[in-house]
Amino acid sequence: MDGHTLDYAVQMKNITKFFGTVTANHQVSLELRNGEILALLGENGSGKTTLMNMLSGIYFPDSGTIKIRGREVTIRSPRDAFELGIGMIHQHYKLVEPLTAAENIVLGLPGGMYVNRRQVNEKVREISRRYQFDLNPKKKIYSMSVSEKQTVEILKALYRGAEILILDEPTAVLTPQETEKLFTVLRNMKEDGKSIIIITHKLHEVLAISDRVTILRKGEYIGTVETAAATQEDLTEKMVGRPISLEIERPKTQRGEEMLKVVDLTCLRPDRVKALNKVSFSAYAGEILGIAGIAGSGQKELCEAIAGLYPVSGGSILYNCQTDGTQVMENIVGQRSDQIYRKGISMAFVPEDRLGMGLVGSMDMVDNVMLRSYRRNPGIFVDRKKPKEISEKLIRDLEIQTPGVHTPVRRLSGGNVQKILLGREIAYEPLVLVVAYPVRGLDINSSYKIYDMLGEQKKKGVAVIFVGEDLDVLMEISDRILVLCGGKVSGVVKPEETTKEKLGLMMLRVTQDEEVIE
Amino acid sequence: MNTLLNLAVAAVLAGTPLLLGTLGEILTEKSGNINLGVEGMMFMGAIAGLAAPYLYEQQVLLVGSTPSKLAGAFLALAASFLAGALGALIYGFLTITLRANQNVTGLTLTIFGTGIGNFFGEYLGSQAGGYVALGDELKAAFANLSIPGLSQIPVIGKLFFQYNWVVYFAIVLALCMNHFFQRTRVGLNLRAVGEDPATADAAGINVTRYKYAATVIGGGICGIGGMYMSMVTTSGVWVYNCVSGYGWLAVALVIFATWNPARALLAALIFGGLTVLRLYLRIPGMPMQIYEMFPYIATILVLIVTSIRQSRENVQPKSCGKNYFREER
Repeated sequence: MDGHTLDYAVQMKNITKFFGTVTANHQVSLELRNGEILALLGENGSGKTTLMNMLSGIYFPDSGTIKIRGREVTIRSPRDAFELGIGMIHQHYKLVEPLTAAENIVLGLPGGMYVNRRQVNEKVREISRRYQFDLNPKKKIYSMSVSEKQTVEILKALYRGAEILILDEPTAVLTPQETEKLFTVLRNMKEDGKSIIIITHKLHEVLAISDRVTILRKGEYIGTVETAAATQEDLTEKMVGRPISLEIERPKTQRGEEMLKVVDLTCLRPDRVKALNKVSFSAYAGEILGIAGIAGSGQKELCEAIAGLYPVSGGSILYNCQTDGTQVMENIVGQRSDQIYRKGISMAFVPEDRLGMGLVGSMDMVDNVMLRSYRRNPGIFVDRKKPKEISEKLIRDLEIQTPGVHTPVRRLSGGNVQKILLGREIAYEPLVLVVAYPVRGLDINSSYKIYDMLGEQKKKGVAVIFVGEDLDVLMEISDRILVLCGGKVSGVVKPEETTKEKLGLMMLRVTQDEEVIE
Repeated sequence: MNTLLNLAVAAVLAGTPLLLGTLGEILTEKSGNINLGVEGMMFMGAIAGLAAPYLYEQQVLLVGSTPSKLAGAFLALAASFLAGALGALIYGFLTITLRANQNVTGLTLTIFGTGIGNFFGEYLGSQAGGYVALGDELKAAFANLSIPGLSQIPVIGKLFFQYNWVVYFAIVLALCMNHFFQRTRVGLNLRAVGEDPATADAAGINVTRYKYAATVIGGGICGIGGMYMSMVTTSGVWVYNCVSGYGWLAVALVIFATWNPARALLAALIFGGLTVLRLYLRIPGMPMQIYEMFPYIATILVLIVTSIRQSRENVQPKSCGKNYFREER
């Protein structure tokens, strides 16, 4: 063993992995030096997570070699990975909800018949002190915030003596403040000699935290660069394969009429906790109203209440609609969705759960398009011709990649599924369009296509409500941003008059002094 | 007063097979497998638990000596455990290894076990010239105990210290199981497997091994519950369809007990009482059939109440009914 290989904590060479006939990784190589932070950059579906899952024992490579600290190893299970000092923090946290933090941390560890809880708690507190974490070991997971859960995950890896840490998109669900806290912890760990791989597709984070960047594209290895010598444009080009503009177009439009007015809306969760607490705002034709907030601040309930799907316990939801030639504000609270539909309220909702609430996965495109319109059909037979025409038009206009209109939508990629869903909703020309996390899980190209489509709708005079998680995107695309915190509106701001940091603070607490811009 | 005491004693006796079935199913469900084959496994345990001591007795009588009570009891226990475990092993192989649908597999196991139990019960009966019945010597192995001193205390003695040994076995088992889930490392790991197998897997727990162990041992415990039916309830005589729905009640009791073995004690006592109520509480004019409906009406009420109650703890392990496959995408 020469000195050179000893410098590396991990060396993966020519790794290939198939899922059925799909190649997830093709001849990918990656090297992690001791005591560095390596960013693994790539679009969704580029095989980043798959590659890391082979390091953490979830998947087994079909070919290729893995060396840990210069020694060739076979990692067959997560247990093998711990024994080699590899700990992975998955994007979807692997925590058992009804158990406490401490119980989750010791889960699966060898030891005596009984778990010594006092000793575990003490050790957890000691690690927390060393890296400046903040955690109560006796707290149950289900009562924790996302950021606390992430802390438990990291502690779990450290408790097991992990020297190599892999974090899969750790900042996706954090506020800017929480992200900064996480980065501090990561830097502390690096100081302590840990080697860290961080999977991400956010370029500014790559530049902020990493020492080097390894880039994957469509399951293939593109290259590794020193972060200090890299620029955003440069990295994007490597990641996407061609230069791409990162600006989101925000078409200038004249704000139109008030299309939707929500007054003191209050909704309860099944556990009687207020999901929404006296939420009031208006949406206007020809503007995009962004909605920001930490996950679970009431966004889902708000969207569903506006769509008439969530029970409302107080307040009103008023839609601007034409009734017998006169314009009225129609309150939809307490009405069933078919009644709302018959009132002539023209609203479309693109839910975050695309294949659960939006489309039927096992049905083809034609049937999915038809779901929106078949009730208008007279007689007992349904007309498949028009939905088929719409489907074919959608495929052409939105560049949807599909073998044909009769392929079950479940088999299509996330980006194409989203295009079908959004395309279908837009095809029926709504006046109010509510979209929840429309680009979640989509690659850069599809994301920008979706942004363009939303911009188009705004130009056509639709009132668009955009629930998002990426503050950079929200600030670029929205005309106004409404910030939710714990089910309350903590403010409505114009993006050009605020900063990401201010938004982050508003997401964390309701501020009194924040002025509300109508 | 005397009626009430008798009812309490009868409730304990009738509740014990329910308790065993419930405990077996709790253990199974804690691993994320919902095995609806409890009834089948109880039938398998019932016939094996009767056949083993019966065949042993026949052999011993052939050589002309008297069968030992201890050996008879042990054979009944071991054979019924193994029979129930065998049923659960079939279920486990289908659902854990082949990932077949758990509900369908469980229902099939019920039909299969019921058939096996009744077939061999009747077969042994026809071999024996009419019906299978144990001799007095082995029957005594399952008779009520008489603990010197304790059993003679008025009321207390009758209420607590003069049941057959299986009753005490079941109670101790419930307490041990409670301790196992709450305190031990293996119990903690098992709960994790049932809640979230992917997480348990990522934590280095061998999910397949845990699922097999919990399912097979759980099945074995259900089998012992079946043995109680043929050895105690019918006193060592094979009665056609002797388990008669107790397995299904046990499945419902798991919900009533909120997956907690200690609470299963209370649940089994209440349901045991309901099944024997008609013998102790006569309401003039009430037809017998209404009494027989009580446990099932109670089951429906329990299901309604527990469905309304929303809680993050004391609920069914989250992965129940879903088979785990690591590389699923």
